[in-house]
Amino acid sequence: MSNEASMHADTSVNVPVEVHHHEEHAHHHHHESFITKYVFSQDHKMIAKQFLITGMIWAVIGGLMSVLFRLQLGYPEEKFMWLQDLMGKWWFEDGHLTAQAYYALVTTHGTVLIFFVLTAGLSGTFANLLIPLQVGARDMASPLLNMLSYWFFFLASVIMFSSIFVSTGPFSGGWTAYPPLSALHDASPGSQHGMDLWLIAMAVFVVSSLLGGLNYIVTILNMRTKGMSMTRLPLTIWGLFFTAILGVLSFPVLLSGFILLIFDRNFGTSFYLSDIFVATTNTALPNEGGNAILFQHLFWFLGHPEVYIIALPAMGIVSEIISTNSRKPIFGYMAMVASFFAIATLSFLVWAHHMFVTGMNPFLGSIFVLLTLLIAVPSAIKVFNWLTTLWRGSIRFTPAMLFAIGFVSMFISGGLTGIWLGNSALDIHLHDTYFVIAHFHLVMGVASMFGMFAGIYHWFPKMYGRYLNNTLGYIHFWITMIGAYLIFWPMHYEGLAGMPRRYFDYSTWVSFNQFEGLNRVISIVAIIVFAVQILFLFNFFYSIFKGRKVTTQNPWESNTLEWTTPIHPGHGNWVGEIPEVHRWPYDYGKDGRNFIPQNVPVGENEASH
Amino acid sequence: MSMFFTIAVIVLVFLIIFQIAKASEYVSVIKGEEKARADQNKVNGFLMIAFLIAGLFGVYFCNKVLYPDTLLSHEAASVQGEKVDSMLWITIVITGVVFFITQILLFYFSYKYQESKKRKAYYYPHNNKLEVIWTAVPAIALTALIVFGLKNWFAFTGPAPKEALQVEITGKQFGWIFRYPGMDQTFGKKYYKLIDDANSNSLGQDWKDSKNFDDVVVSQTMYCVVNRPVNLRIFSRDVIHDVGLSEFRLKQDAVPGTPTSLWFTPKFTTKEMKEKLGKPDFQYEISCDQMCGNGHYSMKGVIEVVTQEEYDVWLAQQKPNYYTVFPDKDPSNQKPQLATDSTKTTASVKTTDVVKTKM
Repeated sequence: MSNEASMHADTSVNVPVEVHHHEEHAHHHHHESFITKYVFSQDHKMIAKQFLITGMIWAVIGGLMSVLFRLQLGYPEEKFMWLQDLMGKWWFEDGHLTAQAYYALVTTHGTVLIFFVLTAGLSGTFANLLIPLQVGARDMASPLLNMLSYWFFFLASVIMFSSIFVSTGPFSGGWTAYPPLSALHDASPGSQHGMDLWLIAMAVFVVSSLLGGLNYIVTILNMRTKGMSMTRLPLTIWGLFFTAILGVLSFPVLLSGFILLIFDRNFGTSFYLSDIFVATTNTALPNEGGNAILFQHLFWFLGHPEVYIIALPAMGIVSEIISTNSRKPIFGYMAMVASFFAIATLSFLVWAHHMFVTGMNPFLGSIFVLLTLLIAVPSAIKVFNWLTTLWRGSIRFTPAMLFAIGFVSMFISGGLTGIWLGNSALDIHLHDTYFVIAHFHLVMGVASMFGMFAGIYHWFPKMYGRYLNNTLGYIHFWITMIGAYLIFWPMHYEGLAGMPRRYFDYSTWVSFNQFEGLNRVISIVAIIVFAVQILFLFNFFYSIFKGRKVTTQNPWESNTLEWTTPIHPGHGNWVGEIPEVHRWPYDYGKDGRNFIPQNVPVGENEASH
Repeated sequence: MSMFFTIAVIVLVFLIIFQIAKASEYVSVIKGEEKARADQNKVNGFLMIAFLIAGLFGVYFCNKVLYPDTLLSHEAASVQGEKVDSMLWITIVITGVVFFITQILLFYFSYKYQESKKRKAYYYPHNNKLEVIWTAVPAIALTALIVFGLKNWFAFTGPAPKEALQVEITGKQFGWIFRYPGMDQTFGKKYYKLIDDANSNSLGQDWKDSKNFDDVVVSQTMYCVVNRPVNLRIFSRDVIHDVGLSEFRLKQDAVPGTPTSLWFTPKFTTKEMKEKLGKPDFQYEISCDQMCGNGHYSMKGVIEVVTQEEYDVWLAQQKPNYYTVFPDKDPSNQKPQLATDSTKTTASVKTTDVVKTKM
């Protein structure tokens, strides 16, 4: 009763405001300055572009870092004098990458790709772009917070970038930043000012992520257009919705872990420290009673949901693109939503599978085995549903579709090895070997990157009113697809030889030095794949200005609402009324009709889904 | 010079690719959207099936080349490792079947159901029966894996047998220290604030505790006995390390302030493994598997698995650390004249050396 009343009240207020907004908007258009349009923009579409391009810059930096450390792994003997001339003596000594630089590169590569590229770059971009457009809203619930979310991310980026230039080097203890290594200034040069900056950057990043996430949730729950019930939401929105919930619930825990770490580092507390003797200074530290494993619990309480924060938006994007380009409804829409829900819920209950070998209680470990392997069930449902969506479809191989299919392939390959690692009795053998590297790069790194590429190719026309070049897109996809498998597939074998990750040099190890040739091949392929990404970037920026122009409102013949906006939507998205929604977004091939957009009313003789 | 040449070539290749891409775009505009799409579908559909076939061949080839280099190609060196290996095989089979079925379907469907004028997409939004089946089947397979896994897990992490050899292993940046309990079979007390590297007390043994008097401390190489369980009590002096025993298929973290443990039964002596693998330089290596600083990659220890007799001989040769720290307490040092003599000799040698150089 009261709900209804307030709803009515809302509508009655909303309508005039909406109309007013329009007039005001049209009026203001000419006064938009460069600063408010391109820099401190509150338009969700511009903020999406800001996230995307910042993410791309980080992807290039992170990718270059991987090229550098792959050079060391592939060519441990070779002297790279030209790189030394280019980068200076801190990074290269006598033509060889220093161990310190190697670890700094590995750490920064992990941190920026996970957080800045695949979190901010992926869900930042597509949540901002798609949520208002696909739920039928003029903008986010709070455009101001949305803008701040980007600028906090930007600040975090600046701080993280500056840490590369500190005299003691950037943080070098791995992206997981386990104390005591990360807590003790004297344990490693990278744990000095580089770590302070790393922590501050990450704390600021958490703020950005929370501001964004809250906004996404509120927008999805409260700002759907008329007729857009939750079960009529495109799966992209469902994916982004659960992503935002995961972020809001887990990032604060990470922040708390970081704050305790800051205290341990600078203010003499002992949350994580106990029984430590530092050999470099020959001193026994006064700290006693702390527990280093506590940090790992706090870290992985975010760290594991983080994997899904990265994967769920990609799954949503892929579901949407596969359905659109198969010209068929996504198979098992409700099962897809339910599996999103199951994955999101379970993702909070599996964090300790990263910690099977920390000496945790074996019984506790067994619970985490159970819950971890359980997560394979909703993942399997998703894969089968994607396959069934392709079955008897009418597939159009746009570059976006190729990357979506590539995503499914990578997700299968990387996901299945999760069943190995989630079983503690196998993890006790494979933990922290190259097997883990192969696993998470395929399932989280490459797969989500593919999801991101798919999204970029698919929604580029909406973002810029032009197309990306198709041929370059095909070259980009096939080389990346083949290259990614060539890089990561053989790493499983290295892992099955017990080869530990995060080693600067394997030559002194009798057990692991048999892969010298393989490491070289992997490095060469990595460089080629990196070069192809540069080709993509070129395509991206060239096409913004010179790409083929979009001439129809709905180039992919898609059902979702973003394609009902003008080719170049202004701030506010729709000219005139926001369309009303009458059906779910997957009426492709229904009753012999190619596609039926969501805003088309259900016909008299038509069975609604 | 070759660098600039390489860069020039790369830029050239980029330019050529770009020109081709642009040209093909113009061509497709001229052809018309429908025709262009049909052509692209044909090419990519073919590439899908080609990728599948090449990929399957690649999987076979990769396995052929790399399998001999993995640990699976030879028997695990511990009783626990055997169980890990058999579990690995079960998991490989189950996930392998799923892998091949799903990947083949994925690429085959993509190829088969590419857009065609002859066929229309089949409106098929859901089928509850199918969905129940593919929820239940993975759940059953996973249950089997969980049961196997946990059975082994509890066996691995359960208490070590009573007859197990007790060894304490301590990680530090960047190396391993081992301690044996000596005749009394108990480790003496230690406290990290007593650590004194300069005076040979690298573990912080408390000399007020008499149980420490016979404890043997060695570094880098640890000895244990074939077919006898060995129980590692794992400590760290500074940051988190990890005792990685790839040949035994096990590992466990070394956490400062929180002791952990790991036990296993070696099946072959080092010598036997050398013969079995035909690798004369074979060693049971302990690799640090947890990022611990810039020297992480060099943090190597060695386990020498020997027979009980060899072990007894080795242990008898080891001097308790107590005697290194307090040489006057060492019974083998009870002949004071000899000791002074030897110092004198060295001193005199040194003097002659100096004289020689001066001359």
